[in-house]
Amino acid sequence: MSYSAGENMITAGVDIGAKFVKIVVLNDSKVASKGMALGGFDQKTSSLELFKKLLTEAGADEKDISFVVATGAGKEEFPKAHDKVTEVTADSKGANVLHPSARTVISVGAEEGRAIRCDEQGKVVDFAINEKCAAGAGAFTEAMARALEVNVEELGALSLQSNNAVPMNAQCAVFAESEVVSLVHAGTTKEDIARAIHDAIASRISSMARRLSIEKDVVLIGGVANNKGFIESLKRDLQMDIFVPEDPEYVSALGAACIAHERASAKEGG
Amino acid sequence: MTTEYWRWKEYRWTAEDKDWKKADILTAGVDVGSVSTQAVIMTDGDLYAYSNMRTGSNSPDSAKKALDWAFDDTELKMENLHFIVGTGYGRINIPFANKAITEIACHARGANFMYGPTVRTVLDMGGQDCKAIRCDERGKVTAFLMNDKCAAGTGRGMEVFADLLQVHIEEVGDISLTVEKEPPPVSSTCVIFAKSEASALLRKGVPKNEVLASYCSAMAHRVFSLLERLGVEKEFAITGGISKNKGIVQRLEKELGIKPLTPKHDPQIAGGVGAALFAKSLIEKQRKGK
Repeated sequence: MSYSAGENMITAGVDIGAKFVKIVVLNDSKVASKGMALGGFDQKTSSLELFKKLLTEAGADEKDISFVVATGAGKEEFPKAHDKVTEVTADSKGANVLHPSARTVISVGAEEGRAIRCDEQGKVVDFAINEKCAAGAGAFTEAMARALEVNVEELGALSLQSNNAVPMNAQCAVFAESEVVSLVHAGTTKEDIARAIHDAIASRISSMARRLSIEKDVVLIGGVANNKGFIESLKRDLQMDIFVPEDPEYVSALGAACIAHERASAKEGG
Repeated sequence: MTTEYWRWKEYRWTAEDKDWKKADILTAGVDVGSVSTQAVIMTDGDLYAYSNMRTGSNSPDSAKKALDWAFDDTELKMENLHFIVGTGYGRINIPFANKAITEIACHARGANFMYGPTVRTVLDMGGQDCKAIRCDERGKVTAFLMNDKCAAGTGRGMEVFADLLQVHIEEVGDISLTVEKEPPPVSSTCVIFAKSEASALLRKGVPKNEVLASYCSAMAHRVFSLLERLGVEKEFAITGGISKNKGIVQRLEKELGIKPLTPKHDPQIAGGVGAALFAKSLIEKQRKGK
């Protein structure tokens, strides 16, 4: 199948995060293919490879592409982008497309946490970012999982089995690692420690989000939003319901793809 | 077993020319830190013996061990001491101490004794925190700032790097000074992120000494900003374990434009010295009251 100009419009959003590259390819306004790959040492090569693969999956050719928008910390690394948008712009657009009543978007990635207030069109009104400290990012749960000697995927399930809140004193991920080891030695169960870990990161994220007076609906996105233990802890901390879309790690790439689609449509229309 | 690159050498000392039996007042200060514990024994307010060792998992045990090691073959016993003051992170957990005093007060008082009454600014770079202290000519604290929330700028951060680069922590400073040209500092503040940044540098083939130099200068800059916020007045002294790292001290000196004073004794004992001096004042007060 091939696309001729004017019929189907092929656009893509490329999100180059600190750890993973996520790409969403759109055929008109529908998702034609999506995928992710480790960014690794050479984000440029890994993102180009993934891009090529996903175009094939979508049944498209490079010459069919109308517009590509890149986002993420490594957005400068993608040579085929027609334009770039900030992470908060892409987050907020993606969340709005999936959940139009979203007014607060919380995005937690491997090395960054963002809280965004947006309007009904998915436009950014205000935002706060933590990119300086691992304590409010996925790197925190990863380091803690290592200290607890479990997979980061298991950490969420473990935490849901706990009904005992054990406080963590350390904020810093480096100090928290030692605290986890001390808790293990003190005989605290893995379940309770897992919950303490998620309560700690949730408290960091919610204090960042509170700087922007939180408005409903709250949508949680980013790779860490796959962690059910974290979601529960964040709900408890914010004392409100949180909406997590399916495949939350792709929301930013989807946002970028939707922006690409809008740009391409505007170009064609004008 | 894997090599423990963070493991530093424990140390003890006795004033060979002094006889504790002739002293009127015998006091001790025990500083139980998050990483190291020091016990300092003073005879009439003068340094008699001290030990410096790693803190174990249990504060009371570590305090007792350090004090026993400071006694060593001096024939001194716990019951000979007139007053013991505990300080540091584990101070509330020293069963044999007569009183607990904060490490900020003890470091200022100890620095005043060790470096002389001209000291006005003390930087204590410890295992899990970093304190900038301003004090007067009697070693009394007039202002301070502290970072105990974040591992950047503490000994713990340096341990992480020693481990990553497989360099013994005591050699980090010297190795970092072997670079021909000073590389740019590591850009991440967070130790976790700085570690990824350093791994990327190593993978690119950047030699170890350059990576260490990048981290030492980042760390020097981090403590520099803490000092800047407090304001530095001369004379300036550095205490704590990191003060033995020339790579940090020389870079900090360059940034500050002030040369720190050099101590005659182990700069890690300042807190213990201050505690032993407080113990002396307290026992003198008690005696006067009787």
